[in-house]
Amino acid sequence: MAVRVQFENNNEVGVFSKLTNSYCLVAIGGSENFYSVFEAELADTIPVVHVSIAGCRIIGRMTVANKNGLLVPSSTTDTELQHIRNSLPDTVKVQRVEERLSALGNVIACNDYVALVHPDLDKDTEEILADTLDVEVFRQTVAGNVLVGSYTALTNRGGLVHPKTTIQDQDELSSLLQVPLVAGTVNRGSDVVAAGLVVNDWSAFCGMDTTSTEISVIESVFKLNDAKPTAITSTMRASLIDSMS
Amino acid sequence: MEYISPENELVPNGTRILCCQCAVPIEANPSNMCVACLRAHVDITDGIPKQATLFFCRGCERYLQPPSEWLVCALESRELLAVCLKRLKGLNRVKLVDAGFAWTEPHSKRIKVKLTVQGEVMGGTVLQQTFIVEYVIQHQMCDACHRSEAQDYWRALVQVRQRANNRKTFYYLEQLILRHKAHVNTLGIKPNCEGLDFFYATENHARKMVDFIQSVLPIKCQQSKKLISHDIHSNIYNYKFTFSVEIVPLSKDSVVCLPKKLTQSLGSISPICLVQRVTSTLHLIDAYTGQVCDISSTQYWRYPFNPICNPKQLVEYIVMDIDILKEHEKKTFPGQGTVSNKHVIADVWVVKASELGLDISPVHTKTHLGHILKPGDTVLGYNLGESNVNDVHLEKLDRSLIPDVYLVKKHYGEKAARRRARAWKLRHMHEQPVSITDDDYNEFLDDLEEDPAMRQNINIFKDENKIPVDTDEIDPSLPRITLAEMLDDLIIEDEEMTEV
Repeated sequence: MAVRVQFENNNEVGVFSKLTNSYCLVAIGGSENFYSVFEAELADTIPVVHVSIAGCRIIGRMTVANKNGLLVPSSTTDTELQHIRNSLPDTVKVQRVEERLSALGNVIACNDYVALVHPDLDKDTEEILADTLDVEVFRQTVAGNVLVGSYTALTNRGGLVHPKTTIQDQDELSSLLQVPLVAGTVNRGSDVVAAGLVVNDWSAFCGMDTTSTEISVIESVFKLNDAKPTAITSTMRASLIDSMS
Repeated sequence: MEYISPENELVPNGTRILCCQCAVPIEANPSNMCVACLRAHVDITDGIPKQATLFFCRGCERYLQPPSEWLVCALESRELLAVCLKRLKGLNRVKLVDAGFAWTEPHSKRIKVKLTVQGEVMGGTVLQQTFIVEYVIQHQMCDACHRSEAQDYWRALVQVRQRANNRKTFYYLEQLILRHKAHVNTLGIKPNCEGLDFFYATENHARKMVDFIQSVLPIKCQQSKKLISHDIHSNIYNYKFTFSVEIVPLSKDSVVCLPKKLTQSLGSISPICLVQRVTSTLHLIDAYTGQVCDISSTQYWRYPFNPICNPKQLVEYIVMDIDILKEHEKKTFPGQGTVSNKHVIADVWVVKASELGLDISPVHTKTHLGHILKPGDTVLGYNLGESNVNDVHLEKLDRSLIPDVYLVKKHYGEKAARRRARAWKLRHMHEQPVSITDDDYNEFLDDLEEDPAMRQNINIFKDENKIPVDTDEIDPSLPRITLAEMLDDLIIEDEEMTEV
C-alpha cells in the first residue's frame, strides 16, 4: 500500500524521513501528524524513530540506510548518534562517515544487497558503505545525473528511476541491481523521485500531490499490492474453474 | 565512407513514462504530463483579458490610443491591430507568435482578434495556444471634436482691422496669406464689418500670424488674454488670447496731409503727399517735386494721420497741355530727401471730364506722371480746392500751399472693357466668389495690372474659363499682366467612369 502524506505542507516526504525493512526514521516536526501516519502504518512491525541530524530535519537526504545498517554524516552530534543507537534494533550497525559529499542520501541509493553511488564518492566511504550496509557498491549515474540517491528509489523488489532514464540505462541498472526498474514520477510530475517517495518491501509513503496514476506505477513496480490479482487470474484461475465446475 | 550509426543522440531515447494525470504513455518532458493534461492544467493565456474595449470618436472616426492619441485606422488594418494589441495587458508575459483579425460584421461594434501565443510552463515546457479576444467599440468624443461641438475650439484670436472706407488692403492681405500659406493653422476665418477674425488653437499659431502680417503691412498690435479656467493645484492657467491688429488706415492712391514734425524728419517733404504703395512701410510721393519717403509703422503710430482724400473721390480730368519741367526749373534745397527718378515732374493743364467743352479755362497743376501723360489723356485726380476736408493737419496749412487739383494716376479706358480683357484670376480663401460688381475688388485688380511691384508678391492664375477677347479690340496701351507672370491653376477633374 502506498500512503499519501505531507510534512508541514511540504510534499517532499523523502527529505524528512528514511524507511528501511527493519526501522523507520522520521524528522522532528512541529506537529506529530507526519509521525503518526508512519506510526499507524508501521508501528506493529518496525520501530519508528524521531531523529535529527546535526540539528536539521532533512534526515532523508543526509543519511543512507538499509535493514543492515545506517550511515550518518560527520556533522551528526554525539547525542544524536547515541539516541539513534539506543532506538534502533541491535542488529543495525550505525556508522558515522567523514565524507566531503555529506548529503549521503543524495549521493547513495541502496537496497539491502546493492548500492548505487555518486561517481566521485570517496574510496573510504565506499568501503565503509559496503561493510556497514553489507551491500555491493556500483558507481553509476541515472539519466546523466550524478545524484543517484535523489533520482532513484530502490527496494529489494523493484526500483523507480528518473523519468528521462533511457531504456538502455534502465536495462544496465536493473542487471546490476537484479531488480526490475521503471522510469516514473511522483508528486504530479516531479522527477526527484527519492525526495517525493520513501519505500520499503511492503509499504510506501509519497507526497500529497502524487496522482493516482503515479501511485499505481509505484505500487506495481514495488509490488506493494497485497491482493495480487495477477495470481488469481493466472495460476489459480484454472484450479478455481476446475473446482467450481 | 564510414557509416555513422545514428544511435546515441539522434533518435529519441524511447523512454516512455505514464502521464502523471491520465496515464497515457508519453515521452518524458519537464512537466511529465501529456499535452492534453498540460493544456487542461495550465492556461498560459490566464493573465490576458479575453474582452477589451476600444474607444472610437464618431466625429472624426478615429480610435483612441491611450493615453491621449487618436489614430485614424481602417477596419482590419495594421494600425488597428496595433491599437488592439496595445490594449491587452498580459501580453508581455508570453511570446506573441501570430495575430490577425477574425471577421466580424462591420456595424456590429465588435472586433475579434485571433492571437497565437507561446508561453513557458513548469520549468521549460513551451506551450502554444490560440485564442480570440473580442473588442467592444465604445463611442467617446475626442478632445478636438468635443471642442468644436462646444463651440470652444479656439484658444487664440487675431482680429485684423482697418478703419478705412475701402477693402483693398484686405484683398491684398488675402493674396499675401495665400501666397505664403500663412493660413494653414487657422481654424476659422470670419469676416467682420471692419476686417477679418482669424481663429487659432494655440497662442503660438496666432502669434505667428501676427508676425506675418507685421512683415507685410504696417500695423499696430495689442494683445490681451482672458482667464477661462485655472487649476490652483497644478498652477495651470487656461487663457483665451486675443490679438488686436490695426492696419494703417491708408491705401494706395490716398492723399494724406502729414503733421509738420513728421515732414521735418522726412527730408522736409511737402505735407500733402500721395500714398504710392503700402507694404510693411508706407511709400509716399510728393507729386509736385517727385520727392519720395518711406514711413515705417512705428513712425506712423508716433505721428498718426488720416487720408484727406480716398480713391472713391477720384475725379476724371482731361489733360489739355503738358510741359515737362527742365532740370534747372526743379526746386531743390539743402536737406532735401530722395527725389524719385522714375517719375517725371511736369506742368499740366487739365479740365474736368464732365466740364469738357464748356468755356472754362484749364486748371494748372503739377504732376509726377509726366512720363505717361499726353495731351488728350484722361487722368484721375482729387479736386482738393473744392472738397471739404476735416483734417487737423490740413487746417494748420496755408491755403495757398494746397493745390486745387492733385493728379493721382492715369485712367485707362472703360472699366467694363478692362474687366473683359482680364485673362487671369486670383484665388480666394473662402469658397464663395467675390461678386464681380464689387468695386473695391475691381479696383484692386486694376491696381494689380498697373503696378508690377505690387503683383510680384502674390500669385496670379490663368483664367481658363475666360473667353479670349479678340486682341485687336484691346487697347494696346492698357496695362496688362504678361503670361509669364501667371501660374497654371491646378485642376483636378473627375473622369467619367465607363459603364460596365
